[in-house]
Amino acid sequence: MLSYYVDLALRSLKRSPGLTLLMILAVGFGVGASMTSYSVFRAVSGDPIPWKSSRLFVPQIDIWGPQGHLDDTNKGDPPEAMDYTDAVALMRDHRAKFQSAMYQISPSVVPADPSMHPINVGGHAVYSEFFPMLDVPFKYGSGWGTDSDEQRAAVVVISSKLNQKLFAGANSVGKTIDIDGKDYRVVGVLDNWNPKPVFYDVVNTGGFTTDQQDVFVPFQRAISAGMPNDGNTNCSEIPKGSGFVGLQQSSCVWIAYMAELDDKAAAAAYKDYLDGYFRDQKAAGRFSWPLNNRLRDLPAWLESEHVVPSDTKISLVVALGLLVVCLVNTAGLLLAKFLRRSSEIGVRRALGAPRAAIYTQFLVEAGTVGLTGGVLGIVLTWVGVWGVSWVLPKEISSLAHIDLSLLAITLLVAVIATMLAGLYPTFRASRVQPALQLKTN
Amino acid sequence: MTLHPMIAALRKHKAGVVLIAMQIALTLAIVCNAIFIIYARVDNVRRQTGLDEDNLFLVTQQWVGAPSGDDPASIQKLDAMQREDLNTLRSLPDVESVSPTNSLPLFPSSWNGAISLKPGAELRAGNARSSYYFGDEALLKTLGLHLIAGRDFTVADVVNKGMRDPSEPHLVIVTKALADKLFPQGDALGKVIYLDGGSMPTTIIGEVERMQVPSTGSWASTFVWNSTIEPIRLNGNFSRYAIRAKPGRLDAAMTAVRAALYASNPMRVLDDDSIKSFKDIRAEAYRADIGMAVLMGVVCLILLAVTAAGIVGLTSFWVGQRHRQIGVRRALGARKIDILHYFQLENLMIAGTGAVIGIVLAIGLNRVLMQNFAMDRMPVIYVLSGLAIVMVLGQLAVFVPARRASNVPPVVATRAA
Repeated sequence: MLSYYVDLALRSLKRSPGLTLLMILAVGFGVGASMTSYSVFRAVSGDPIPWKSSRLFVPQIDIWGPQGHLDDTNKGDPPEAMDYTDAVALMRDHRAKFQSAMYQISPSVVPADPSMHPINVGGHAVYSEFFPMLDVPFKYGSGWGTDSDEQRAAVVVISSKLNQKLFAGANSVGKTIDIDGKDYRVVGVLDNWNPKPVFYDVVNTGGFTTDQQDVFVPFQRAISAGMPNDGNTNCSEIPKGSGFVGLQQSSCVWIAYMAELDDKAAAAAYKDYLDGYFRDQKAAGRFSWPLNNRLRDLPAWLESEHVVPSDTKISLVVALGLLVVCLVNTAGLLLAKFLRRSSEIGVRRALGAPRAAIYTQFLVEAGTVGLTGGVLGIVLTWVGVWGVSWVLPKEISSLAHIDLSLLAITLLVAVIATMLAGLYPTFRASRVQPALQLKTN
Repeated sequence: MTLHPMIAALRKHKAGVVLIAMQIALTLAIVCNAIFIIYARVDNVRRQTGLDEDNLFLVTQQWVGAPSGDDPASIQKLDAMQREDLNTLRSLPDVESVSPTNSLPLFPSSWNGAISLKPGAELRAGNARSSYYFGDEALLKTLGLHLIAGRDFTVADVVNKGMRDPSEPHLVIVTKALADKLFPQGDALGKVIYLDGGSMPTTIIGEVERMQVPSTGSWASTFVWNSTIEPIRLNGNFSRYAIRAKPGRLDAAMTAVRAALYASNPMRVLDDDSIKSFKDIRAEAYRADIGMAVLMGVVCLILLAVTAAGIVGLTSFWVGQRHRQIGVRRALGARKIDILHYFQLENLMIAGTGAVIGIVLAIGLNRVLMQNFAMDRMPVIYVLSGLAIVMVLGQLAVFVPARRASNVPPVVATRAA
């Protein structure tokens, strides 16, 4: 029976090609536009580490007090990052399963090949627990041990891209590279690890950046080598001392921090510890304002940092609006089409077709329009995703991509939405009075 | 023509009327918000930075193995390296003028603070927020800034200091916008201000007409024109140079600069994007804004096309349905133009009703965007433009089927339907 309805649908669609084309175009454009926006939204709002994000936490300590809230951009929240004093104190206390303070660096690397110019690389100074905490995958070697943290060892983990550039992709563990004029021993090579957003340090990267993370060196090693902070520095007062050492003694914030806490109890205990730390510091005379700490898990942290660009959300809202208009339009055209066939419906009903048969017939017709519109939608989504790379910033548009799931969703959305749009016209068609239609003819 | 029979006729196909009105309402709501977004972005992009942007480019380079300490000896060594670079660049034949700098308008690196009229104020509490630019006596000339009061920096004004040295300069040049904000009487010249909550007095010696801050982000929107220029060469492990090429020699100068810098000292990093024309800096800064405007434009076009197509489709159907009635009216003496007007007036009524609902939706959508995405309130003019657009669109779309209706011959009345 279904094949008969499909056949009927095709015949009917062929009978008024103009109207059919209009419907298919409307569904196609509506679905294409919304799926294009969705692909961008999906790319920037995805969970970068879904298996673990609820166990990763970002602590915030209100070291500035009311003074930090004067330019009301942060709505009473503590500073987004940490100063050196607190970051190091928290690392020393070591109350989480894994934790790492980190800051952004941008050193130069001098290739061994004398014909190559020095290159600039991006990276982070981190503690050894950074690697197990974030499940960082390694191609060769591994991260360094806690002893290297303590000894401020000249070791480095490099990206596979940098490994390709310097060592032609060979296993470089044990070799040395020249960073800022000093030799560092390679202990690990990452296996294509480039999470987006750069969730471990959204404060300095903004989450989305075209910059590569090519080197990771021990935090204290970078500090003692005077490797300057390449990220943001925010101050509530001008540092009293000069230089990088002055920055370390100041209350300026420039260090990102992340901790792994495996269950609710551990998180609660850690929050108590943070609050206790604040009270101790307050008792010691450092703060004069009430406790105002935060401990957010990764999804809540990304949300509070507005990592998903608002333009992406606005585009999605507007594109969904466009889809709704296209469907209202399709509903109108289907209505016109179905009611035009009142006499045909009348004949079928008079010959004994139940309402359900009419329903099936017309929903199949709507579904056929939806399916064809969906195929057009896939083509338009493909064009759209290709097109956004021309108009959106690279760090965002390069993340949008087409995969099987997007294609499947596109088709599904097209068919379901069109059938929903066809519900009312079908209902009207099924109410046609057979006697009335037969009489007037 | 009286409206009564027309309303009676509309009642006969309620569903179609409601669907068209809904479509018009939604289209109006989305289109005027989209146009508002487009206008706001284009308005941003068209702002003049205050610079003479032609022939200007920026070089960012990093030294390898340069002193990393913050002690005076290291700073003086870094400064010597920077002055050597400046000499190298200034001697190039295609280069007109060079100044060290920390950033440029629209360049994604900024140094921001607050300026107070009293010493020792809270850093974040000052009288005005400002971005800082550092440069030497050639900065104004290199960037093509217009000095409108006071004087430019002289060689004697310029000092050097380490990147993280918190000391403040004795003299600054500020933008007119900043001067007027701090001294509304317009007597900023020669006045003393305090930078970043410091207690060291700084004197305003000049005013430039206009200079935009580096950041184009919304957080900087309250102080877009508040720039302060300090006569300072900053010394760090990297340096930036603003360079004006001789007219028409931009490409040649950009090529020559790379070779000359490597020749004077090969132990430095000059990446592919280390040498950037101002045109490229501008394009990158506004890429997101232009992208958003294009996207909204595409959405508007699709929407209007779909809505027009919907009106054509449904009206055609009604014309077909009322074929016989039209024939009867024609036979009773209605002119072609009467039939045409009938359908046009009908559309005017449906679209008008939809548009009224659309205005409410448009304002509602604007509220939602305002609350969630820090957007501005949409001025009434956008709603009115949206209204005009959908009404004209409705009339244009209805014209084709209406004309077909007006061509129905009176003889149809005599035939069975």
